[in-house]
Formats: sequence, structure tokens, C-alpha cells
Amino acid sequence: MHLKKIRLQQFKNYPKAEVNFSDEINCLVGINGSGKTNLLDAIHYLCLTKSALNGVDNLNILHDKEFFTVFGDFDLEGKEIEIRCIFESGKKKQLLKNGKAVDKMSDHVGLLPVVMIAPDDTDLIKNGSEERRRFFDNMLCQMNKGYLENLVRYQHFLKQRNALVKQFAEKGRWEKTFIEPYDREIIQLSKHISSARLGFLKEYEPLLKKNYGIISGEQEGISIAYETQCLSESFEVDFGASAKKDFILKRTNMGIHKDDFVFEINGYPIKKFGSQGQQKSFVIALKLAQFQIFFSHKKTKPILLLDDIFDKLDDGRIEKLMNLVAAHEFGQLFITDARPERSKSILQQMDAKSRFFWIEKGQVSDWS
Amino acid sequence: MNFPSKLIENAVNEISRLPGIGKKTALRLVLHLLKQNVPVTEELSNALLSLRKEIKYCKKCHNVSDTDICNICSGIRRDKSIICVVEDIPDVLAIENTAQYTGLYHVLGGVISPIQGIGPDELKIESLIKRIEDSRTEDKIEEVILALPATMEGDTTSFFITRKLKELNIKVSTIARGIPIGGELEYTDEVTLGRSILTRVNYSID
Repeated sequence: MHLKKIRLQQFKNYPKAEVNFSDEINCLVGINGSGKTNLLDAIHYLCLTKSALNGVDNLNILHDKEFFTVFGDFDLEGKEIEIRCIFESGKKKQLLKNGKAVDKMSDHVGLLPVVMIAPDDTDLIKNGSEERRRFFDNMLCQMNKGYLENLVRYQHFLKQRNALVKQFAEKGRWEKTFIEPYDREIIQLSKHISSARLGFLKEYEPLLKKNYGIISGEQEGISIAYETQCLSESFEVDFGASAKKDFILKRTNMGIHKDDFVFEINGYPIKKFGSQGQQKSFVIALKLAQFQIFFSHKKTKPILLLDDIFDKLDDGRIEKLMNLVAAHEFGQLFITDARPERSKSILQQMDAKSRFFWIEKGQVSDWS
Repeated sequence: MNFPSKLIENAVNEISRLPGIGKKTALRLVLHLLKQNVPVTEELSNALLSLRKEIKYCKKCHNVSDTDICNICSGIRRDKSIICVVEDIPDVLAIENTAQYTGLYHVLGGVISPIQGIGPDELKIESLIKRIEDSRTEDKIEEVILALPATMEGDTTSFFITRKLKELNIKVSTIARGIPIGGELEYTDEVTLGRSILTRVNYSID
């Protein structure tokens, strides 16, 4: 799948722009603040109906204007798809697919897969476990509707159970028969969800290891340790036994909402022991594995958006990374770089069609 | 909205507190009443007042009633060995309209939802258990049908009641869920269709 053409109007710092892209590598260059990332964000909008950078649609309109539009012409395995995303301040965002309005945004998500690698991705390593669960849940939900359904049910029952535990704590009395239906559901769903997560990692981890090995030149061994209480034989008994703790802390202390995915390098958590360059290499390998997973399930190559990925990597890793993504395993590529000469010298050595765009104050022009 | 009269404003405010009625509709109703003769309004307000003051809830099943025991509970043709547990009053009407059921009802008044502060004590669950226990002497209740909504709260409530009834050694059943009559499979949502396959029943021709 690839994006042939994009048209923007009053989107972020672009008053008006129209760009035709290469179906292989597109390199967006320009000085800081010129609008390179904003162009990637417009592509993100077309694929996932929202910004990758900020969740408030209003903030994506050019200053002092009332609306923005992003139009894109895609080629999905030979089928022409035109997406129009229109947002007017104070109104509902509209999405049109081949001229027909899409009612539910969630129906559109997944049709045009996209993977974005951005500088703040290392938050995935540095922040709390919630973000890592969301990263993996996101992939699992897109591939498995049953998983999504279980997750929604789980979150609902957890909310009900937490409300109940709080009431018990206020009354100073634990009512076993009352809480039993919730315990039963949470235990059941935790077992399903945790085994789905474990099964997914079996498919995902080899891809991650391979990608990381290529970028780092096989210097470090990495792995993901899935930490969960829910797969142990005694989970049910443990869940019952933690009722006392729940009563004191006024919340549920066991279940898949406590899971973590610990990223490790040579057996140690990368969060504490990885250098910035290693962390960066790790998240890039994570995202590329996400690409490969989407590709194997959706049978079309996602668009890859690489925002400023050369930052913090040494020259050896940059070269290996570029060799990896420009190899024909990946599809259409968008790269931003504030140092045009660097990208140019790297890309020119490669056997791939590439186009360069010079971006300045919201204007896009060809550059060579 | 600005009103020419304080009296109209009061009436509009009161009427627009009803569900489904906004200020404009309320104003239309108020102006309509003003055009009618005085007795029309009197009858309306009397009907509402006596409704509120004289309405009773059946002591057995908690359905609305004019008497202490409702028509269904005291009906001689009703099968008194079976009770259908429902969430609220409209559900009784819905099942009555099917004309397929001749047993008794039990109106819970809601379903369990801790987030909204509704627990078993807020519902008529204890009274259901007492009703079954008391029936030991005459008109023995032999089956309880759970006809609660197919939501997570409905399921939780069903589970809770079943657990409570277990000690009483009584048959507990729940209404079937699946494809609506006249429905096409291709338009049925995946969850319902999936569930209807898991809980399929034997097909018998006799």
C-alpha cells in the first residue's frame, strides 16, 4: 500500500500544499520548525483519523483559521482509495472514503495500516507499565476482535469491582457473595487475556530480536520478559488471598491490569541499564516488528513514518538501519531529517527510488 | 427562554423535568392547557395526584398495582409454581404481551452496579428469597426464570441471584439468547451469533 498524493489546507503550519510522493522513499528535509513532522502527522490523520502528536483536533488548525482539510490518494494493493479528512472548529470531524462518509472512525482504523517511529517513542521504555500494555493491546486488538471484546469486558468489571471494594472499605465489611460474580469474571478474563498476550509475544519477539540484531550488529542480546500473575497455577487461590490487601488499599491488586512487559538487554532491564542509543535502537526494533506483524496479518505493507530517527544513533547504526528499511521488505517510507546532506549521502548509496522534498515555512518543493 | 408570565414559567419548568420533554414542548403543552376549559386541567392534575398518592406496589412481586396484592399475583389462572425475575416494571408488560407466560413475576427494581451505588440491598433480592422460602407451606414455587437484560450488569445480577438460590434447592433457568425471529444470520452481530452457536439446542421434530 502507498500514498500517491496528499493535499492539505490550513493544516498546522501549511496554508495550502499539494505533494506527489514516491512509492518507495520520501525524504522530507528542512530546518527546525519548517513543518516536516506536521506533514507526517497529516499522513497519520488519513490512516488513523487522529494526530500522533496531540489529541485535540482544534490545535491542528492553522492559527486564526476555522477549519483544516487533509485529502489523500492511496493505492491499496491496486485499489484506488481517496480519503478526505475534514475538521471544522466546534463541529464533528468528518471522514470520507471515496466520497462516502465513514460514520464510525473505528471502522476506518486498520484499513490503511501505518507505523510511526518518533523521538518520544523512548517513553515506551521509560514510562510506566500502562504505556507498554497499551502498545501491545493496540496490536492485539487490531488483529483479534475477540481480544478487544475481552479487554473491554475486563475493564468494565474491574471498574465495578473497584467501586465495590471501596464501598466495602467504607462500610468496614467484606461481603464475599456480593463480590464473587466480579472475581469470577476477572479471573476468567485475566486467564484468557494473559495467555493471548503470551501467545502474541511468541510471534512478536523473534521479529524484534532480528531487527535489533541488524541495527546493533548483533552486539547485544535483547528480550521481553512478560511479567504476569495470571498464568500461574495458583492464580485463582492468590486472587482470593489478596482480598485482604484489596480491602486495605481499596482497589483490585491482582489481574492483567498489573501485567508488565519488561524490556531487557543482556538480561538487565533496558530502562535502568540501557544507554540512550541502545534505548532508541530498541524502540525502533519494536516498531519495525510492529510493522512486520501488521504486514503478516493485513497482507499489505503499512506506511512507515520515520520522524527524526537519526538522532542519538551512531553512524554505524544509522547505516544498518537504513539498509534494513530501504531493503524491499518494507514498503513506502517517509523520513524527516534536519540535516539534508546526511540523509542524501546515505540514501544515494542505496538501491531504491527516493525523492527529496525541501520544506520551508509550510511550503513543499522538490529538492535534489 | 424568556416568559411573559411567572406562572407560565413555573409550569414550563415543572413539565420540562419529565423525561423526553424539553422547554419548547413544555411551553406548547402549557399553552394548549390554557386554551382548554378549566376542568381539563383539573382532571389532569387530579389524575396525577391520585396516581402518586394512591398507587401501590404489590407486596409480593413489587409490580405497580391498585391493591396490596396485584392482579397477577392474585389471579386464579396463574401458575403459582413459577416466578419470572425481571429488572423493572416495563419488562413485566413486555413479557405479558407475549401471551406465552402464565406464571408469576418478581420485579427487582434494577440490576447490581456498584459504580452507580446499586447493591443487592437496594434491590428486591432478599424479598425474592423470602417469597420462595415462605412458599414451602402452600403453592410451592418450583422454578425461577431469570429474565434480566443481556448486559454485564444483568449477567452479574443473574449470577448473584443463582448463587443465593442454590441453598434453596430450586430449579433456576434463564431466558434464551440468540437470533431474533425473522432475522438474517448475516446481519446478526458477531457476539450474539457466536453465543447462539455455543449454546445451541437439540433439534427435535416431534
